Amino acid sequence: MIITQFLIVGAALFSLGVYGVLTRRNAVLVLLSVELMLAAVNINLVAFDRFVADQLAGGQIFALFVITVAAAEVGIGLAIVLLIFRNRHSANVDELDLMKL
Amino acid sequence: MTAFGPFVVATAEEAAVHSDGGWLAAGAWLIPVVPMVVTFLIVFFGKRSPLKGWGMAAATLGFVAVYGVALFVANLGDGIYYEKAIHLADVGTQSMGEHVGEALVFEWGWIVDGLSIMMYALVGVVGFLVFVYAKGYMEGDVRYTWFFASFTLFAGGMLVLVSAPNLIQLIVGWELVGVSSYLLIGHYWEEHENSSAAIKAFLTNKVADVGLFVGAIMVGTSVGSFRFSDIMSTVAEGGGESPLSRFGFWAGVALFIGAMGKSAQFPLHVWLPDAMAGPTPVSSLMHAATMVTAGVYLVGRMFPFYAVDGFADDVRWLILVVGAVTLFLTGLIALVQDDIKKVLAYSTLSQLGYMTVAMGAGAYTAGLFHLFTHGFFKALLFLCAGSVIHAVHSNNMSDMGGLRRPMPITFWTFAVGAYALAGLPLLAGFWSKDEILASLSFAGSAESGLTTAQGGAALANVVLWVAIAGAFVTAFYMTRAVWLTFFGAYKGHANGLARPHESPRIMTYPLVGLAIGAALFGFLNVPGLTTVFTDTVGVRFFEGFHDLEHHATSINWLLALLGTAAAAAGVALGYRIWGPDADTQQARDTFTVPVLYPLLARKYYIDDFYMDGVVRPLRGPVARAVDWFNGHVIDLVVNGAGFLARGLGRYVYAFDQRGLDGAINASAGAASMTGGFLRLFQTGRVQQYAVMIFAGMVILVAGLIIFS
Repeated sequence: MIITQFLIVGAALFSLGVYGVLTRRNAVLVLLSVELMLAAVNINLVAFDRFVADQLAGGQIFALFVITVAAAEVGIGLAIVLLIFRNRHSANVDELDLMKL
Repeated sequence: MTAFGPFVVATAEEAAVHSDGGWLAAGAWLIPVVPMVVTFLIVFFGKRSPLKGWGMAAATLGFVAVYGVALFVANLGDGIYYEKAIHLADVGTQSMGEHVGEALVFEWGWIVDGLSIMMYALVGVVGFLVFVYAKGYMEGDVRYTWFFASFTLFAGGMLVLVSAPNLIQLIVGWELVGVSSYLLIGHYWEEHENSSAAIKAFLTNKVADVGLFVGAIMVGTSVGSFRFSDIMSTVAEGGGESPLSRFGFWAGVALFIGAMGKSAQFPLHVWLPDAMAGPTPVSSLMHAATMVTAGVYLVGRMFPFYAVDGFADDVRWLILVVGAVTLFLTGLIALVQDDIKKVLAYSTLSQLGYMTVAMGAGAYTAGLFHLFTHGFFKALLFLCAGSVIHAVHSNNMSDMGGLRRPMPITFWTFAVGAYALAGLPLLAGFWSKDEILASLSFAGSAESGLTTAQGGAALANVVLWVAIAGAFVTAFYMTRAVWLTFFGAYKGHANGLARPHESPRIMTYPLVGLAIGAALFGFLNVPGLTTVFTDTVGVRFFEGFHDLEHHATSINWLLALLGTAAAAAGVALGYRIWGPDADTQQARDTFTVPVLYPLLARKYYIDDFYMDGVVRPLRGPVARAVDWFNGHVIDLVVNGAGFLARGLGRYVYAFDQRGLDGAINASAGAASMTGGFLRLFQTGRVQQYAVMIFAGMVILVAGLIIFS
């Protein structure tokens, strides 16, 4: 097993996540894509930790941080989406252009 | 004394020892200063004073008279020669003459010597008598106080002139008397012709002043000083190479031109008859006795300059010719005048010609003696004329006649004056005119220095005969004046009042005083007997100069006879024409000799020539041309500058509006356009922002990978 196999998987997942963030119309699905990006980053972190053999196991610990932050972020993000949906009766991000100049 | 023939040559050893005059001379600065100060007092306080300014004026002239006579008496002893000057300024540095590198000095001072003393006494005594007379004559005049202020100003100016120790101060006095002459001739300025006469007098004198100034500058710069004493010592050093002798001839001509204006010599004589427009006391004092003699005084003061060989002695032929012409031609005009003052004015011109001729012949004493005596009898004649005019209210002799009964004092004093003027024996005019004839005859003889000038002796002889003819003419017109005024029947109307009566005492007493002078002063200088006048006037010049002048030791009986015969002939002819028949007198007077009369009546057309040849062109075309030039050329420059400024303003405005404001507006437009463009990125849509972030990231990372 060489590291590039894991990095490619991570890159693939990340790209899919980016595609989702940029193109999905539903706000929830955008958040889902953000989760996917974060997961891809986790894979990268763990892969580097396994192959660099850090004494402190920094990669694995950092991955735990990422998971925590992702969780918090989803909670808040979904709360905001819920409020938006209540106000605008739509979860379509294309319609959220009140900050337009 | 060396003597040959009747003539005597004064040599240096005989020069009298003179005194410096003591406190009298040291205090003589008061003589010019007091009248000048009193003029201002009269102007400011005259109207409020009880005598309306006359008191101050007459007191001043009385002071001058007393002082002048006192100096005259003091001078009779040793002869006073005193001069003092106060330094005023140094101007520049001289570039030629002996005093190269020194500055020209300007001073104010006073001279007390025989010549000045004679003038002080003349101005003082005659002036005082005229002022007393004027109180009566100017009674009730609308500008009484101002008249006396101007008159006192004149006295002050004249005294400044005759006390001047240098040419600059003389010029100051010269101009002062010119101004006061203008003021006084134009006293009755309500009539336009009177103010015109005043302007004519002033401008004619001003023309002559060009000569005076040029001459004074030439003399002053070539000698290095304007002082008369310095000039005379330069002359005493002799001719040759000194700068003064190089310019001497032209300086002498220029100074004489100045003298011609003030002393009214032909052709600058035109102002004097018109000056009769002024009040009679003015005509008497200024235009007979004193102001017009300033020119003769100047020549007298500069006499060594005109007498010593190598300086201006060649100018004497010019002086002789001018004097002779004036003498004769103006006398002829007096024959056809109806206005009694004009007769006396032309007579004055003629007598001034005599004085000038005397100076030209080198007879310093004779000329000044005639100045002195003429002052008395001409002033007297004018005051008598004023008395008559006052009585008949007209200047014209055709309105007079038979006045000897109602006005006896005036008649007798006028007769004394006329007799003296005609040069009939024993009275003042006889002695002074006779001395002039004698000096002319000497100048025409072989012994005089004039033979060196161009035909000088022959000229002097010609002038002698002209002078004798002039004596005939003088007697002729004076007889006419006397007979038309005082004899015959009274032809006037005196405004329907009672027949004319004698003038008040304040006017007749001065007449008597002057008549005494006219009668007796001739005896001051009888050749061979009394030399009071010669000693008085000449004392200063006779030291340092040899053979300056020639004094007769006895009367030249032949000339005396000739002169008297000419005068008697004039009287006889006059009596023959105007005397006997009271009825035909007027008719005879209005008879006009065909060619001669118009020529004389139009004054040889000289006034016409001046008016049409000089005044009218200047007033008309020349003035218009200057006005055109001023309006179109000079104003063009000014207006052009205005136009330029206006055009420039328009361009500046356009530039400001379109250029500057355009730039500012354009920059604002650019800012607005940029904003409009950038606004397009702010869609408000999150996904587009995310796209931009990711795109930017990709570019950055790519850049990092490529360039590191």
